[in-house]
Amino acid sequence: MNRKSLDNPSDNSLSRVDGAVKVTGTATYSAEYVVPELAHAVLVTSTIAKGSITAIESQEAEAAPGVLAVISHLNAIEVPGWPARKQPAERAPVGTAFRVFYDPLIYFDGQPVAMVVAGTREQAVHAASLVRVTYRKEIHQTHFEKNTSKAGIPLNVQRAKNSPFQDYARGDAAALTNAEVRIEAEYTIPTQHHQPLEPHAIIAVWEADDKLTVYDKNQGVKSAQGQLAQAFKLPREKVQVVATYIGGAFGSGIRVWPHTMAAVMAAKQVKRPVKLVLGREQMFTSVGYRPYTVQKLTLGASKTGQLAGIMHEGTGQTSAYEEHLERTVLASRALYASAYAATRYRLLPLDVNTPTWMRGPGDATGMFALESAMDELAFALKMDPLEFRLKNYAESDPERNLPWSAKSLRECYELGAEKFGWKNRMQEPRSVKRGGMLLGSGMASSLYGFHRHPSKARALMQADGSVIVQSATMDIGPGTGTAMTRIAAKVLGVNAKKIRFELGHSALPDAPGQNGSSTIPSVGSAVHVVCEALKSKLVTLAGEMSERFRSGGQPVVRNGQVFSSGEDKEGINYSDILKYHQLKELEVTEESKSGAERDQYSMYSFGCHFVEVEVDPLTGEVRVTRVVTCADVGTIINYKTARSQSIGGVVGGIGMALMEHSAMDHRFGRYVTNDFASYHIPVHADVPPIEVYYIDKPDVHVNPIGSKGLGEIAIVGVAGAIANAVFHATGKRVRELPITPDKLI
Amino acid sequence: MKPFQYLRPKTVQEAVTMATDNPEAQYIAGGTNLVDLMKRGIASPSKLIDINHLPLKKIEHRYDRLRIGALVLNSDLAQHKAVLTRQPLLAQALLAGASGQLRNMATVGGNLLQRTRCSYFYDLALPCNKRKPGAGCGAEEGINRTHAIFFAGNGFGGIEKSSCIAVHPSDMCVALTALETTVVINGPDGERRVMMKDFHRLSTQQPELDTNLGPGELVTAIEVVDNAFAKHSHYLKVRDRASYAFALVSVAAALQMDGGRIWDARMALGGVAHKPWRYWSIDLMLRGQVPSEKLFREVAEHEMEGAKATAQNAFKIKLASNAMVAALKTAAGIS
Ligand SMILES: Cc1cc2nc3c(=O)[nH]c(=O)nc-3n(C[C@H](O)[C@H](O)[C@H](O)COP(=O)(O)OP(=O)(O)OC[C@H]3O[C@@H](n4cnc5c(N)ncnc54)[C@H](O)[C@@H]3O)c2cc1C
Repeated sequence: MNRKSLDNPSDNSLSRVDGAVKVTGTATYSAEYVVPELAHAVLVTSTIAKGSITAIESQEAEAAPGVLAVISHLNAIEVPGWPARKQPAERAPVGTAFRVFYDPLIYFDGQPVAMVVAGTREQAVHAASLVRVTYRKEIHQTHFEKNTSKAGIPLNVQRAKNSPFQDYARGDAAALTNAEVRIEAEYTIPTQHHQPLEPHAIIAVWEADDKLTVYDKNQGVKSAQGQLAQAFKLPREKVQVVATYIGGAFGSGIRVWPHTMAAVMAAKQVKRPVKLVLGREQMFTSVGYRPYTVQKLTLGASKTGQLAGIMHEGTGQTSAYEEHLERTVLASRALYASAYAATRYRLLPLDVNTPTWMRGPGDATGMFALESAMDELAFALKMDPLEFRLKNYAESDPERNLPWSAKSLRECYELGAEKFGWKNRMQEPRSVKRGGMLLGSGMASSLYGFHRHPSKARALMQADGSVIVQSATMDIGPGTGTAMTRIAAKVLGVNAKKIRFELGHSALPDAPGQNGSSTIPSVGSAVHVVCEALKSKLVTLAGEMSERFRSGGQPVVRNGQVFSSGEDKEGINYSDILKYHQLKELEVTEESKSGAERDQYSMYSFGCHFVEVEVDPLTGEVRVTRVVTCADVGTIINYKTARSQSIGGVVGGIGMALMEHSAMDHRFGRYVTNDFASYHIPVHADVPPIEVYYIDKPDVHVNPIGSKGLGEIAIVGVAGAIANAVFHATGKRVRELPITPDKLI
Repeated sequence: MKPFQYLRPKTVQEAVTMATDNPEAQYIAGGTNLVDLMKRGIASPSKLIDINHLPLKKIEHRYDRLRIGALVLNSDLAQHKAVLTRQPLLAQALLAGASGQLRNMATVGGNLLQRTRCSYFYDLALPCNKRKPGAGCGAEEGINRTHAIFFAGNGFGGIEKSSCIAVHPSDMCVALTALETTVVINGPDGERRVMMKDFHRLSTQQPELDTNLGPGELVTAIEVVDNAFAKHSHYLKVRDRASYAFALVSVAAALQMDGGRIWDARMALGGVAHKPWRYWSIDLMLRGQVPSEKLFREVAEHEMEGAKATAQNAFKIKLASNAMVAALKTAAGIS
């Protein structure tokens, strides 16, 4: 491992504030809360992909030891907030939840059809195997290629006036048609699943008839609170959602899924707290996935490598009952300076469960295609792929005709290329060998839109000068608490040990869920602002205590003290300020949100990846042997956790490129890769040394901390870089992921 | 999981008696395969006979052979000195299998008896002749990228209808097959010995049976006779990721070389058939020859003559052939 990339010389990163509780196993995850009288629910799921339930025989299950109830559409309680219409007659926008146990209709294989609640999990599992469900089958359609003619403009786009998913074109199409050099290619990514190691789990507790607490694995306690309150017609404050620790999610926890509703319904029905943990195989049909997507790219350039046009068409899979839209084709409008650019986005409804956002949603998919196509065109032009990208560098946003708030992608390319040793690369594919292996290198760019949502944070200074900072934000793994602690410590001039950051509880100040790389930009800003406000208060209060503050200097804070100016040698301790003013604590709550700058600048995170692969010429096995990843996300709040975030993204990209594939047997509309023996994610041996670099320059236009999101761009582009490296190693262009040995021998 | 009774015999005799009396009883060793099968509802023994307390944990070299107890853990076996010096092929194969944690639990007997990883076998909602004879083979016209390309004896046959195209998943067994291991079995009628090649079955008839082990029979040990392959053997496993994945194809190659020539050769393939696939004519083809890529290519192509692909696994024919060449080259020490 390259130590240099590990340690930023000027860095004194915080280690994870929750590291110790996690590695010692004392962090409490959703399924681990100790609740008296707890009952256990196990789902029975459908074995057909379309049709309806004709009968449910549950007598045997009901008679099994420990069973409290067998719940299905036949006897489920009414959920008061659900609209009393039939299941959506036409596809609804995403978020219009599928209503579990509502009627006998089957929309997808793996749909919950019944639920056994019993005293122990083992009793529930056993009884669930005794429930007999009979169906009236209808012909289902799950095969993407066989149904492409049914793809169309999403209904949500047809209805909305200003949807970003509308067909788009700028410039003159003839530029592309008449381009001197053109490539046209189709790229496919299969269905891929988030499969975090911690399965989704919930404990639902009705504290009173009108008071609900859930310990639920999700990525947004506030949105879960809102959705549950609405479904059960309760005031928001009567619903508490707790999700303090999360064992990975990658997008699978953004929505409130049917199993969550099922557990809450079960708890109401059996009048006991109920725990429901999804089985690994149920994780494939319960919490979304990255949709099967086919993309066609047409790119043209002049012989000298000037892009003449980009046409990017993409069709993604959705369910028959909901529309899930994602940014698949959008990057092609903004990334390169091409006079002509056009995009088209279509959805293909199939008899499957609804997909959802998965790390780098849309962009990871779209940029695999765009960056593969750029590589193909560079090859056709006999041009170095990096040089080709630099030649078409967009100095301003060609889509919105706005200046970038900040863009250091060029610096990323340069730094990454230098660290990787790109300039020594032989251009000819299949021209380098190492120890009998074919050696290749490839690169790709990365971008992801900037998201900042209104966020609140509260800072509470205690009498001893320590600070509790709170916000209903989440930590699905990146180390939110650590980064927020760092921000607060810096603003307040106190040691990080004096700060405790609290998150993952719906009673805390409003914050968005953790998605779209928005946490640092949004909540980080709120924490910054609230700590600034607390600091001002402390400065004012200190000013009332000493003459020195009246000489007009600029007060500063450091080491937990307020000084009247930078030169002042004698500070006043925070604890003394509170004591002097007879305050037990000092509390400030602030909100932070974006303003007019959103209309003045185009805001993105940028990055690039350089990848080296070895391919065994006899077996077709691909091993990634080295990765250099470089990102421009404004100011880096905490190097150590940022670096882990980047590494995780690359690892996810390796999985996406080389192994992840949820294979369905379309005769049954059922996944056959439904465990970790058949659905492969990278193991340690698949992960090479990954060097991580940041430009670390503040983007002064985006927010008060100058920081943009990192979670998504860490993965966006990685699959493309790997595919490009495989092409360089073998001379074979694989356009259908994953790149497994069968595609290379 | 269905409720079951748990029994813990102290002697082989006691264990065999318990099992013989109860057709629904099953032995459990490391449990790394059986517990999964029970959780998925594929195995539902009414009695679980825990054999972990039987005295079958020794590895010893006696006379001309290594005798390995059925309860020796995969990880212990892979690092045992006698195995590393005398049968390194076996150690390599073991280490290519599963993960460190699993090998710490998995036993020799359990590894021999582990069941196929065919997805259709693993899912009660899908048809499978192995799980439910007569139900049909889901894989035959389904997702069969990882399935068999050899079916009924070298070069003889195609897939017979309503049979099974699953592959045997073990790595250890591929090496044991190449090494002509003997399986020692104790049963209601006392002890018997079976050669590895006869231990597992083909799927043409009764695909529900993986092995020729009779009711109540217990594997007590395996025996590997000394050989001269230690210097020139290699286990090659081709898989979809670098570790912790079952083989797409694997090759156990063992050569005896002297004076730059090959004097004896054995080879077995994994991931290609319902049992570890022994290549019988290799000895004849290689004896007395100077190793070369060309020679190995001929051998490999000869071997693949009887192969038959299903819709998604034609690549395995080329892959197996390439893997044989690669493994033989490494074993012979040529590049
Ligand atoms: C995730 C995963 C990945 C794996 N990857 C690989 C791999 O890459 N390569 C590989 O080779 N294997 C792999 N395995 C399989 C592993 O090797 C087997 O699970 C293990 O060897 C079984 O041994 P055990 O002692 O745990 O058997 P158990 O699960 O206890 O038993 C398995 C079967 O053997 C029977 N049995 C056990 N001992 C005896 C005996 N002495 N006599 C008669 N019957 C007996 C049991 O009744 C049962 O039917 C993997 C397993 C898992 C779970």
